[in-house]
Amino acid sequence: MKERNLFQIVTIGIIAIWLVIFALIPNIMVFAVSFMERSEESFIKAAFTFENYRAFFSSMYFSIFAASFKMAFITTLICLVIGYPFAFILARSGSRFKSLLALFVIIPYWTSALIRTYAIKVILTTNGLINTFLIKAGVISEPLNMLYTQGAVVLGLVYTLLPFMILPLYAAIDKLDTRYIEASQDLGASRLQTLAYVIIPITVPGIVAGCLLVFLPSLGLFYIPDILGGAKNILIGNLIRDQFLNSRNWPFGAAASNILTIVMAFMLFAYYKSVRAINRRVL
Amino acid sequence: MLNKLLKRSYLGAVYLFLYAPLFLLIILSFNSSEFGTKWTGFTTDWYLKLFNNGTLMDAAVNSFLVAVSSATTATVIGTLAAVSIFRFRFFGRNFLMTMLYIVMMSPEIVMGISLLILFMTLNIPLGFQTLLIAHTTFSLPFVMIVLFTRLSDFDKSVIEAAKDLGADELKTFWYVILPSIAPAVVAGWLLSFTISMDDSIASFFTTGPGFEVLPLKIYSMVRLGIKPEVNALSAIIFVFCIILVVIAQFLLKERKK
Repeated sequence: MKERNLFQIVTIGIIAIWLVIFALIPNIMVFAVSFMERSEESFIKAAFTFENYRAFFSSMYFSIFAASFKMAFITTLICLVIGYPFAFILARSGSRFKSLLALFVIIPYWTSALIRTYAIKVILTTNGLINTFLIKAGVISEPLNMLYTQGAVVLGLVYTLLPFMILPLYAAIDKLDTRYIEASQDLGASRLQTLAYVIIPITVPGIVAGCLLVFLPSLGLFYIPDILGGAKNILIGNLIRDQFLNSRNWPFGAAASNILTIVMAFMLFAYYKSVRAINRRVL
Repeated sequence: MLNKLLKRSYLGAVYLFLYAPLFLLIILSFNSSEFGTKWTGFTTDWYLKLFNNGTLMDAAVNSFLVAVSSATTATVIGTLAAVSIFRFRFFGRNFLMTMLYIVMMSPEIVMGISLLILFMTLNIPLGFQTLLIAHTTFSLPFVMIVLFTRLSDFDKSVIEAAKDLGADELKTFWYVILPSIAPAVVAGWLLSFTISMDDSIASFFTTGPGFEVLPLKIYSMVRLGIKPEVNALSAIIFVFCIILVVIAQFLLKERKK
C-alpha cells in the first residue's frame, strides 16, 4: 500500500507541479498583468486599472478586433460548409480505403502550418500558378493581385485549419448509430428532414468542437496575415505580438490575449453543454 | 451511380485542395528557374545551396535538439502520469484532466506570451531551456491523450495478477503495463517531435536571439518573398513529417483490429 502511494505520488506530483508552474501560474500572471500599467524600464508597473480594456473601444483597436472576428467567423463558416459534407461522405462510405483516406486528413493536421501557408503564397503570387494559368488560357492579360488581400488571408486560414474542422466532425459522424437514421426513415422522414432533425442534432458536439478548433486559431495565427495579408488585414494575434515585441505595452497585450481566453472559455462551455445533451464526446 | 460519382468527386476536390499546393511546392523545389512557376528544367541546386547555408543548418540542428529533448521529457512525464491517472482515483484528478484539456485548447499565442511573462519575471534567459519548457508543455496533452486511448482497452485484471504474483509498482509498470502500451508511447513521442519541429508561435515568444530554430528562420525568409531554397527546405520538412505521422498512425492502429 505504501509503495503504491509512492509511485502514484511521484508520477502525479511531477505532472501536477509542471502544469501549475508552466500553465496555471503563467495564465494567472497574464490575467494580473492585464490590469497593470506599462513601464519603460521593467515592462510592467504594479497598479490597478481598467485602462487596457477600455482601450479596446478606441476607434483604432476596435476596427482591428471587428475585422479579426469577421475573418475568423467567415473562416469557420467556410470550413464548416466544406468540412461537414466531406466528413459525412468519408465517415459513411463503406470503402476499403476509409482508414487510409482518414489518414490523409490527419497528415496535414500534424504538419507545419507555416509551410502550408507558404505554399498558398506560392500559388497566389503575381507570377504564381493561378496567374500563369489564367494568362496562358487568355482569360486575363495582366496578372491579378491576389496576395495581400483579405481574401488571401481567409484562404490561408481555411487552408490551414480545414483539417481541424474535419477531424472532430468525422469522429462524431463515424460514431453515429445508423439505426437512428433507419428509424427516422421508417417513420416517414424525407432525407432532408433526417439530416435536419436527426443527423445534425446528434453531431452537434463535433460541430462545436470543430468550430472551436478553427475559430480560436483564426484569431491568433499571426504569421498568416504576415505572409499573405500585408499590413492591412491583421488579426488579434498580430496585435498581441506587436504589443509584446515592438511597442512593449505588455498590459495591453495581456488584455487582448484575455479576449482569446474568454472566447475559448465560452466555446468550451458550449462544447461541454452539447456533450452533456448528446452524451457523446469527440475530443 | 451518379450519386456515388458526385460524392467521390467532392472528396477528390477537397483532397486536391489540401495537397495540390504542397505537391506544387515540392515540384518547384526541383525547378531551375529562380522566379515564378514556369518550368525551366530539373535541378537539385537549391538542395545543395540549402546544405551549404550555415545559419540554416545551425537552426535545423537547434530545432532537432529541442524536438528530441522536449518530446522525450513530455513522453516520460506524460506516460507515467497517464498510467497513474488511468489506474488510480485521487483528489484533484478531474482538475488535472481539465488543466490538460485547457492547455491543449488554448491558443498558442496565449501560451507563448504567458510563458514569456513567467520567464521574464523569473529572470530566466531565453534560449534552449525556455524552448524546452514551452515545447514540453504543449506536447504533454497530446502524449497523454494518445496514451489514454490505448489504455482504455487495457485489462486491469492483468495488473491484479502481477500484484498477486508479487510484483511491486515499478515492476508492474515496467514489465506488465509498458510493454503493452509501448506502441502508443512511441507514437506519442513521434507526434510530440513533429509538433515541436513545426512550432513557430510559442517558439516565437520563448526563444532568444542567440538560439534560432528552423520554423522561425523559415518565417523570416518567407516574409521577404519566395525563394527556391525555402521551397526545398519546406519539401524536406514536409516529407519528413509525413513519414513520422504515418509511422505514428500505424503504431496506433496496429492492435485495434
